[in-house]
Amino acid sequence: MRRFFLIAVPYAWLLVLFLIPFVIVLKISLSDTALSIPPYTPTLDFSGGWAGLKAFFSALDLENFWFLTSDDLYWKAYLSSVWIAVASTLLALFVGYPIAYGMAQARDEWRPTLMMLVILPFWTSFLIRVYSWMGILSQEGFLNQFLLWTGIISEPLIILNTNTAVYVGIVYTYLPFMILPIYAALEKLDASLLEAAEDLGCSRIQAFWLVTVPLSKNGIIAGCFLVFIPALGEFVIPSLLGGSQTLMIGKVLWEEFFNNRDWPVASAVAVILLMILIIPIILFQRNEQKQREAEQ
Amino acid sequence: MTEPVFAPWDDPNEKPLIEFKNVTKRFGDFTAIDDLTLDIYEREFFALLGPSGCGKTTMMRMLAGFETITEGTILLSGKNIARVPPNRRAVNMMFQSYALFPHLTVWDNIAFGLKREKLPKDQIEARVQEMLKLTRLEKFSKRKPHQISGGQRQRVALARSLAKAPKLLLLDEPLGALDKKLRQDTQFELMDIQEKTGTTFVIVTHDQEEAMTVASRVAVMDEGRLIQVATPAGIYEMPNTVYVADFIGDVNIIEGHGTKTGDGYDVTFAEGQPALHAKTDAQLGEAARCYLAIRPEKVTISAERPDGAVNVVQGTIHDIAYLGNLSTYHVELPTGQILKAQAANTRRLSRRSFTWEDKVWLSWTDTAAVVLER
Repeated sequence: MRRFFLIAVPYAWLLVLFLIPFVIVLKISLSDTALSIPPYTPTLDFSGGWAGLKAFFSALDLENFWFLTSDDLYWKAYLSSVWIAVASTLLALFVGYPIAYGMAQARDEWRPTLMMLVILPFWTSFLIRVYSWMGILSQEGFLNQFLLWTGIISEPLIILNTNTAVYVGIVYTYLPFMILPIYAALEKLDASLLEAAEDLGCSRIQAFWLVTVPLSKNGIIAGCFLVFIPALGEFVIPSLLGGSQTLMIGKVLWEEFFNNRDWPVASAVAVILLMILIIPIILFQRNEQKQREAEQ
Repeated sequence: MTEPVFAPWDDPNEKPLIEFKNVTKRFGDFTAIDDLTLDIYEREFFALLGPSGCGKTTMMRMLAGFETITEGTILLSGKNIARVPPNRRAVNMMFQSYALFPHLTVWDNIAFGLKREKLPKDQIEARVQEMLKLTRLEKFSKRKPHQISGGQRQRVALARSLAKAPKLLLLDEPLGALDKKLRQDTQFELMDIQEKTGTTFVIVTHDQEEAMTVASRVAVMDEGRLIQVATPAGIYEMPNTVYVADFIGDVNIIEGHGTKTGDGYDVTFAEGQPALHAKTDAQLGEAARCYLAIRPEKVTISAERPDGAVNVVQGTIHDIAYLGNLSTYHVELPTGQILKAQAANTRRLSRRSFTWEDKVWLSWTDTAAVVLER
């Protein structure tokens, strides 16, 4: 009985906060737009009895999903989102791995401080941090002023409102999610393994590739998913830092929802986004499980 | 009949494989190794024995190349190895934690060093197979380290460090993680493998029994210095200091004043007690303050005063430690000193002749005790 309750808590959590909202969104995606509140039909109304329920279900259709295929805006947005998410995940990996490695190599008394420095940005509002990047990257921003002052460039660089700014924003925002799991993996790494590799004839670099990287694999995978998954649906960063040509599905979703007030199409976009995300989420969970099994 | 005894350290023509020459190692203010000179010969099974923090692991890590030398030189086959990085030394190490690569199978772990040498595939295959056979691991070659037992892991670590056929194999507390029974079996296995491969082994341990069992010579260390280097029997029977006598096995230490008489010394240790006589070649200094070290098994315990014994004292049994095959009697002398005497339990318990508070006589011969200056 106690076990049942223990299991029931997370399942109730999932049901209330994930499954029910998802069913609602799915239902809206199958509805039609209407000039009403809420802006779609049909709405579920139990007062109509059995016949009412039947009428409700017969009014649902896949029309909105067909609509998504008819306009190339949507699949281009999905594709470009995936591309931006993949590229920024890789960038975050290249930036994050050396940082995590450095942290793991640091003296014991330094580690808590370094860890706090990585987490520190979270203490400020995410929105403010993205806005401050606008201040840094704009044509009159700190970066351009600094580069002009050093004489490296003579014309200000146009970074803000381009995809470059979006990459900068995503990598900056999600970097801690990359660093922390890799750091956790590297910190556990037994230093005698590297000595053993050297003892058996490896150079330091070979030992890194043959021992350190394979043994931090799980951290790398976890970090990549933790960056990729939120980056794919990212809305704030592309809309604030990106330009008009930056196409990301989160932005499209926002526009459908608020500008066009087309809740059904927006919901269909969200459902497909979730379908795309479910694949990496399942892979991620499988990785976690394999890791747990290996540790037993 | 005349099989030569393996004792290259007694042969002045023999060239040592490893020579420590006045080696000092400091970590900041701390001196881990203090002006240490030592020769280790080919095919030796050499044990570095000492309490933790005595510098034995530092010595081993200097041989492997993981620690630099502050002063002095280490020669391996006559060549200075100070500037040779660990991956270029014909030295392999078996780590205390085994340091097996958890992401590789047993086979790949053993092949790891061979692959770095870029040997042809079939040669690697053959060598790994040979190592698997030597360590009786053929059945486990496809397993990962976490899928095998502690004893098997220990053998994988040994196979991996032997695979490259090093001139010198370093073993850092190789049996520390095994339980007692397995440890004893493995000790003999190690000796077997050492003999079969003819590799020079240097083993670091804090377990005196282990050092005595496996080693051809033992170096007892303390605070970065060598206290005594000798064969196990030499260390046990002829310790050169009270420290060594006390560190190896059980011992009675009697402090007293020595007077030269005939072939040895008469040692007076307490008022009203007879002087104890011990044969020795040692010459005590002016002060003539000395220590007698007597192993408990060399002390005979008897109910009647034995006839003709050189050293006899009387006391009462204070405690009996029953170890199954042996019993150790703690006998309190009238002076309050406690001497230990060991006797084999050749009879059943019910017929044992001594019990608590019995008056007994302890005796030993004039060669049983070792006279030590410090």
